[in-house]
Amino acid sequence: MSIGILGKKLGMSQLFDGNGNSVPVTLIEAGPCRVTQLKTSALDGYTAVQIGYGLSKEKHISKPEKGHLLKSGKELLKHLKEYRVEETSSYEIGNQITVKNFEVGQKVDISGKSMGRGFAGYQKRHGFSRGPMSHGSKNHRAPGSTGAGTTPGRIYPGKRMAGRYGGKQITTKGLLVLKIDDQKNLLVVKGSVPGKPGSIVNIKPNNAVGKKGGEKS
Amino acid sequence: MAKEKQEKELETAIKADESVDVAVEKKEKKMVSETTQSLSASNLINEFENGQLKKELPEIYVGDTVKVGVKITEGNKERVQPYEGVVIAKRHGGLNQTITVRRIFQGIGVERVFMLHSPQVASLKVERRGKVRRAKLFYLRDRVGKATRVKQRFDR
Repeated sequence: MSIGILGKKLGMSQLFDGNGNSVPVTLIEAGPCRVTQLKTSALDGYTAVQIGYGLSKEKHISKPEKGHLLKSGKELLKHLKEYRVEETSSYEIGNQITVKNFEVGQKVDISGKSMGRGFAGYQKRHGFSRGPMSHGSKNHRAPGSTGAGTTPGRIYPGKRMAGRYGGKQITTKGLLVLKIDDQKNLLVVKGSVPGKPGSIVNIKPNNAVGKKGGEKS
Repeated sequence: MAKEKQEKELETAIKADESVDVAVEKKEKKMVSETTQSLSASNLINEFENGQLKKELPEIYVGDTVKVGVKITEGNKERVQPYEGVVIAKRHGGLNQTITVRRIFQGIGVERVFMLHSPQVASLKVERRGKVRRAKLFYLRDRVGKATRVKQRFDR
């Protein structure tokens, strides 16, 4: 399995396909990333490639972090990410990883922090239906019944209720890569991607459960 | 009529010149932002969208009668089918710009929405300029026969 790349979500736009249909796309500025560390089973207990993305100021970085980053290159990096691999022999510390690792027509999984919605109610968080707004009703956005009475005499765990919504890591799977611009480090994928524009996203090759490579039967 | 046509051609030529100037200015602006290294997100998106814009589109106003060449694929064959009617609405801007074209076909009103910058719109020609006082001509839907005509204007 090849490794992924880190990037910044730029925003959404549209692209005309061959038939003249307008396709919604997300633009991502992906990479260039630097290989900062190769983890080996002898030293770390597992094999992985660690890459870094985004420039950081020196005052925002602790001395140990700085020492770690300067081992692989000159710039101080902001975000680090590890990818588990079978073998690290094809990678070298200080290598650049760019959008060239991906190809048009490939499927990718993109994960990132979803938009935070704060403390959200039932309708927004779980899609519950609303009560009537008029005809004397005072039950507008209230939860309704949360369970039976004396038996069981408690609310079952996992009952969907109001609470913090969003701001969690979400992965959108099987997005199609439609366009790649290695001059501008631009990756164009079909559909939406978690997070707001400007948020950091992690792009990996598609990991489909079931048939290898996500082929349809 | 011939004179008018010549004048129109002249006008379009002048307009084309202007648009070239504007394009040059835009390029210069971009160069400036490129010297500051990283292009901003909105710049990158604009660049992505500008690349898809059609360069030569006639100026279309609501009320105009237009002839749209619609690309149709049948099997492997591709052909262009003309569709003529009155522009009753314009929506959005830039890459998403659309026009709604209404015509009466076999006694039944037909409205089609075209994305102007889509490759499906192979050609676009203004047949007649209309004089209207609304931005949306939805009132034409309630009219039949002679009342659906739009007055012509000659100053555009």
